[in-house]
Amino acid sequence: MRHILAILLENEPGALSRIVGLFSQRAYNIESLTVAPTNDNSLSRITIATYGDDKVLEQIVKQVNKLVDVIKISELTDRKHVERELLLLKVAAMNDKSRTEVKRICDIFRGSIVDIGKQIYTVELTGSSDKLNAFIEALSNETEIIESARSGCVGIARGEKALRV
Amino acid sequence: MTTETFTGAEMVVKALSALKVKYIFGYPGGSVLDLYDAIFQQNEIEHILVRHEQAATHMADGYTRATGEVGVVLATSGPGATNCVTGIATAYMDSIPMVVLAGQVPTTLIGNDAFQETDIVGCTRPIIKHSFNCRNLEDIPNVIAKAFYIASTGRPGPVVVELPKDLLIPQNKAPFSIETNVKMRSYNPNIKGHPKQIRKAVKTISEAKKLVVYSGGGIVLADASELLTKLVETLKAPITNTLMGLGGISGTHENFIGMLGMHGSLEANKTMANADVILALGARFDDRVTNNVEKFCPNATIIHVDIDPTSISKTINAHVPVVGLVDIVMQQLLDELSNINYSPDEEALKDWWQQIHIWRDMRKVGYKQIEGEKIKPQRVVEAMYKITKGEAYVASDVGQHQMFAAQYYPFAKPRQWINSGGAGTMGFGLPAAMGAKLAFPDKHVICITGDGSIQMNIQELSTCMQYNLPVVIITLNNRSLGMVRQWQDMVYDGRHASSYMESLPDFIKVAEAYGHIGIKIDTLDELDSKLEQAFNIKNKLVFVDVLVDEKEHVYPMHIRQGAVDDMWVEKGVKA
Repeated sequence: MRHILAILLENEPGALSRIVGLFSQRAYNIESLTVAPTNDNSLSRITIATYGDDKVLEQIVKQVNKLVDVIKISELTDRKHVERELLLLKVAAMNDKSRTEVKRICDIFRGSIVDIGKQIYTVELTGSSDKLNAFIEALSNETEIIESARSGCVGIARGEKALRV
Repeated sequence: MTTETFTGAEMVVKALSALKVKYIFGYPGGSVLDLYDAIFQQNEIEHILVRHEQAATHMADGYTRATGEVGVVLATSGPGATNCVTGIATAYMDSIPMVVLAGQVPTTLIGNDAFQETDIVGCTRPIIKHSFNCRNLEDIPNVIAKAFYIASTGRPGPVVVELPKDLLIPQNKAPFSIETNVKMRSYNPNIKGHPKQIRKAVKTISEAKKLVVYSGGGIVLADASELLTKLVETLKAPITNTLMGLGGISGTHENFIGMLGMHGSLEANKTMANADVILALGARFDDRVTNNVEKFCPNATIIHVDIDPTSISKTINAHVPVVGLVDIVMQQLLDELSNINYSPDEEALKDWWQQIHIWRDMRKVGYKQIEGEKIKPQRVVEAMYKITKGEAYVASDVGQHQMFAAQYYPFAKPRQWINSGGAGTMGFGLPAAMGAKLAFPDKHVICITGDGSIQMNIQELSTCMQYNLPVVIITLNNRSLGMVRQWQDMVYDGRHASSYMESLPDFIKVAEAYGHIGIKIDTLDELDSKLEQAFNIKNKLVFVDVLVDEKEHVYPMHIRQGAVDDMWVEKGVKA
């Protein structure tokens, strides 16, 4: 099962490598990982999308928590949450038909065309990872996908619950 | 008024002094020469010069295991630091607090593949509790204070501090300030057991008909053997120890049923397999304990007390998990037992103990020593026990001799038994014994080893000479890598691939070349007297080379992939 973990940790050199090292050392999966400082510059927030059964997930949460740099870890997928990922795609737009199709699919998914070249459109879409997958599939049925850049997902719990120090 | 300023090197020494460090185990080199210069110019901390950095880590480790104090290692950058890796991994696997100060090339050269540059923080990441890249002179004292705090609290472990050369040189100075009362927002080791879990644990215990206490290295680390003994006597339950937990309760206590696991006693493993409640204290259900986890104690309710939540339900599911320091949790358990006016179910206990005695009687004679034949290694350990009255510190290397020592030397107290249980590091024994001897010069300190293991750090005989560390080295010399050979006999149809030690040195001459005394024992009739003679020499290191039967196997032994009590009790005989 897919899980999204949000981790609040000290914004120290090496903190990220400890997380990544832990996942590879203990053979846990990483589907995506994003990291950036928070509004408090002394803290970083990492979001990891991972796969594993309950036993593996329990160990991941405990092992991450055990790292000295980690302040808090929260599993977002076990409660209501908002999940977003950013996608940038370069797709072939060689003729009217493909240009129209790309524009139409973008409209349907509420994506946007952010750059155009002679034979290429660059499109942007934000949403859940599932939505991004569906968008990519729809486009690939109509035209060639030349380059894909995904941010990996970030997420936040709904309601009052907050991950903070 | 001008504030007094110090170089980074001086700060390191001042910080270590503030943390009451007595010894540093290390080896100099380019990146840490300034630090060595600072150590040279003071008298509070003594530096012990080893002959290889790996030995520095093991010696610090042995010192720590014997005393409970944090061991400090100092190595230069590059190969000096990488030589520490095995020792750091050894400490990590057995949760030994250690601070390793590693030199580094100047910050301006980091990343340039400079001479003797290695990313030691990167190299050691999977085998440390935490590490620091020190990058500012002013930070040095508090980084070191944090390193000690992290190493020694919670589940202890090694911490690496990387010190670039430009932070240590005389040209750079800064004021010194240190906060030894460390607080960290991201690190708060859990201390007390949750009251609800304590009540649940006590309820489970009070309903048990066939309770067994299974305790590990956590008891030793927490110096909690008195509490453990009290708890066991309150419960009147049988107790087994892991390899790491030996001495947690006296090996001659009437409730002690021996070590469990791969080479544990038959009654300990049978008792585990048939228990209805297992109270696990500071133990982690290692694969050398459980055998096949699918078949492990299927009928038992497991109460698991550990300071490290990741150890709980990692391999074996715990029905009653209790996270906390084992000494505090045991006190909580005792308090709760007294709250409910606990008294054991005497009738159930009688049946349970009767059954355990039957298993104990099923135990075959561990070994057969026949007069006139080769010396059995077990017989050597028994002689060693008799002569030292069971009071020696015994540091072991890794292999058959380690298991024989664990089986045939019942340890009265914790910290007497010093061995690399988790990592299984050959070469650990001699330097670890040296660390213990440094701490307790008036006690018997034995290094029990084999002809394979001793050669992995034999150069430390030189360090023993320099610092007058008269340990007694007892080599169970079987001219082979005994444990490897045993597996090859049992699993590989007796094909002894590379387990035969050809061209062994004359250990007596080796010992003498380093300035020590060598005693060779090759017949049974001279064993006791010559061993006695060795232990009577107080001020010189004695290297005892005992030629033992190379065909002897360690029994009992788990049958591979079986249940915890599926055991070979002697060659070809199953329990």
